[in-house]
Order: sequence, then C-alpha cells, then structure tokens
Amino acid sequence: MKYRTVFDIIGPVMIGPSSSHTAGAARIGRTARSLFGRIPKEITITLYGSFAKTYRGHGTDIALVGGLLDFDTFDQRIPSSLQMAKEAGINVRFVESEEIPDHPNTARILISDESGKLEIVGISIGGGKTEIIELNGFELKLSGNSPTLLVLHKDQFGAVADVATILAKHEINIGYMQVARKEKGLEALMSIETDQPVSDELLQEIRLKSGMYSVTVLNN
Amino acid sequence: MNFRSVAELVELAESEDLKISEVMVRQESEVMNRSREDIWAEMGRNLDVMGQAIARGLSEDKRSPSGLSGGDAKRIQYYKKNAPILLSGETVLDAVSRATAVSEVNAAMGIIVATPTAGACGILPGTIFTAAEKFKLDRDAMIAGLFVSGAIGYCIANNACISGATGGCQAEVGSATAMAAAAVVEMAGGTPSQSAEAAAIALKNMLGLVCDPIAGLVEAPCVKRNAMGAAIAMVAADLALAGVKSIIPTDEVIGAMYKIGQDMPVALRETALGGLAATPTGRSLERQIFHDTKEDE
Repeated sequence: MKYRTVFDIIGPVMIGPSSSHTAGAARIGRTARSLFGRIPKEITITLYGSFAKTYRGHGTDIALVGGLLDFDTFDQRIPSSLQMAKEAGINVRFVESEEIPDHPNTARILISDESGKLEIVGISIGGGKTEIIELNGFELKLSGNSPTLLVLHKDQFGAVADVATILAKHEINIGYMQVARKEKGLEALMSIETDQPVSDELLQEIRLKSGMYSVTVLNN
Repeated sequence: MNFRSVAELVELAESEDLKISEVMVRQESEVMNRSREDIWAEMGRNLDVMGQAIARGLSEDKRSPSGLSGGDAKRIQYYKKNAPILLSGETVLDAVSRATAVSEVNAAMGIIVATPTAGACGILPGTIFTAAEKFKLDRDAMIAGLFVSGAIGYCIANNACISGATGGCQAEVGSATAMAAAAVVEMAGGTPSQSAEAAAIALKNMLGLVCDPIAGLVEAPCVKRNAMGAAIAMVAADLALAGVKSIIPTDEVIGAMYKIGQDMPVALRETALGGLAATPTGRSLERQIFHDTKEDE
C-alpha cells in the first residue's frame, strides 16, 4: 500500500495552493537538504511534466527552494523563500525540461557548495506524498511503505556492519536492504527499509561513524 | 484490523459492530504503532486548522494575487442570511460557503489541510463543520468524521489515485466528495454500508471530471468545484440515508475512476494545456497573469 497512514490522506497541514506541486515539492527539497546536511551555495532545479508546465502557478519553485532552506510544508516563510535564498547569497536556477518523465510531477535537484555536491530526483505522487527515485546517480527502488534510511558512504569494509549494529542497538528491524556502488572504493549507497521509525539520535550516531557522507530518513 | 478496500472496511465494521471511524483509528494505531490518544490529538489539530481556515475565508473578501479568486465565500454567506427564499437551502449553502472559504484561503497561499489534496481542501471542512452544526455534534464527532473520510480516502489512494496530474479532478475533488459524503453519513447516524453507498453515489457524479486549471493556478475552476463537491456530498449522504443504493459497488466505482484517469489525455491532467485553461478567456487570463514570458504555448 503506497499510502500507509490516515494522515497521508487527511494531511499534511500546509501552505497552499497544491499538495502535489507545493507541499510535495517542499518535501522533495527538504529531503535533498537533509541529505546534504547544510545550506547549499548553488541550486539547479530541473522540472519535468506537469511540474515544468505549471510550476509558477503552484509555487512549486518557491516550495522546492523553501524545502532546501529546511522549511516544513506549513512554514509561513515558504512564500518568500526565493527572496530569502537570494539574500543568503544562494544561486538558484530553474530549467524547464521538455523530456517526458515516467511520473508527471518530477524534479531533479542538483545542489553544491565548495565541499561537495548532491543530486536527487524526486516525484510527488499526490496528497503531498513524495518518493525519491534517484540519488547521486543511484536508482532507488523503494516501496515507499516503510521508513527508509538512506546512507551515502565510502565503499569500505565495515560500513554495512556499523549501520546494522546501530539499528540493532535501537531495536530496529530491517525489512529490506539494498547496497550499491559505482566503483570499488568510491561512493556507495545503502537503502534500508525498517519496520520501526528511525530517530534523529540514531541518524546522528550513523553520521559519526567513519566514511559516512550523508544520512537521512524518508517516510518516517 | 486491516482493510484494503471499501468492501473490506464495511465488512470489518459490520462484523465487529464498529463505526468506520473506529476501524480506521484501530488500523492506524496498529500499523503506525501509536496510541489512540496520540492519533486522536493529531486529527484534532488538523480539524482546528480547518476551522481557522473557514473563519479566515468567511471574514476576508480580498482577491488572490492573480485576481482569479477570493470573496465568494463571504458573498454566499451574505446571500444565505438575507435572501427571502433559498433554492438549495441553508444547509447546502452553509457547506458550500465554508468549502469556498477554505479553498480561497488555499489559493491565497494560506494554511490548510490537504484532504486528500490541497486542490480539494474545502470539501471536508465545508461538509463536516456544517453537519456538526446541523446535528449539534461536538468536536469529537467531527474528528470521527475525519477518520471516516480518511478510511475512504485511504482505499481510493491505494487502489486508484488522488492527484490531478495522474487522474484529473475526479481524483482530487471527486475523492474528497466521496470521503465527505461517507463522513457525514456516519455523523448523521447512518450505517457503515450507508457511508459506502454515499461515497459511491458521490464519486459516480464526479467521474470524468478533468483537471484544467486556468494559468495552472489552483483557483479557477478549483474553488467552485470545491463548492459544488460539498453540495454533492451533502445530497449524496441524504440519498444514502434514504436507502438509495449504488448499482455499481463502491470499489468498482473507484476502479472506474482510476481507469478513466489513465484514459484521460495529458492536456486534461493538471498541465493547463486543455479544457477551461485552453479557452480564449483562459488563455487571455494566463497572459495577463504571467505577462512577462509565458507566451510560447
């Protein structure tokens, strides 16, 4: 079941006007921000499908940038996010793509600063619910039904064990796990679906382990 | 406690002698591992946001930044209070004006609750607050109503879709209308199967509704579709309470909605390329609103 909780249906509390194009967009932006872990200097957002056709009317651009500034769906600062980003010296660029995406509400976000960059592709599937389908070139195949831990890390021995040990300590069971890398010794991605919600404290513990680049949780 | 379809939901409720709202609360508590107090309190906060949006929308009469919406909720309320004779009646107009109020607040980038989406956010507040007033019900009864609508919406979202980009307006305003109809049936003392009938009757009358927002804004025709969705929900609830049954079972109506959405051309699914958005007036308004660039379409 794609929608697990009644609050996916009666919710979220949000700034209008569109749950998929405003609240969902804010959530995709905020997921990128949470993975990046800091305010980016450069933001390039490519919009596809209905996002590309109607983003200005729906405030999709404002909401994506609001999310990247770490604003929640109901944050009253969302309407002024573009101005706030400008004042913070962040370069924001939007690209309207003509490409036909698999899902009509698709955004690709590329964010960077002097110490690194991150790229995610998110889709907004309705009612404010979102899915991340790609992260730094890794295709994600997530059910979207359970809390999902995403860990970008250095491809080295012990990384999986470190994360598994922390999860075990917090009595969190793994329902599904996928580990992928592009090249031996470089960046790798763990995507872990859990049976229990994941706390901020646990995320912080993972971040402190060696070789962990960024950590976040989806659908918590 | 686990349902995937409206038929299973009704079966669970009737075999265990529970209300639909109670089945939803129990499932939520099991699946999300949360206490019922916690879940009830969160739904209560959502109800409060709805109440605030109604109050704001009924007290303001300013237009949205685009100029396409705003002020109609107040206008309808004024008419309801002052017209010597009402054609559709006080209850319907209360639901309609409240739905309009919340939808206008949404268009103005105010705070609302997506039910199931922001584009359809007026229908549940409009109908549930009006039903509570009519039947002199308390806050808990309204929260229960939201759980009923959540249960119906849960079945629609998981078996079909709730986004205009995927299924057209029938998936948004249509879903909300079905959810609201089922909710007010329970609030009026109807049975779980009457709630399901109301949802089916409501959704059937929304089938085929396209998503064609002028200039891509969630304003026109969205605000008026919220108004009419509230009216249809109230009447569908009355039909179900009268004992009228849908020939096609609720789950099959939901299936038909999904299939119709898949068959709908992209121009009519929230792209602002067809329908009312593509009328001469729609296009002219679009140019006025985005006078800077958007002229190549």
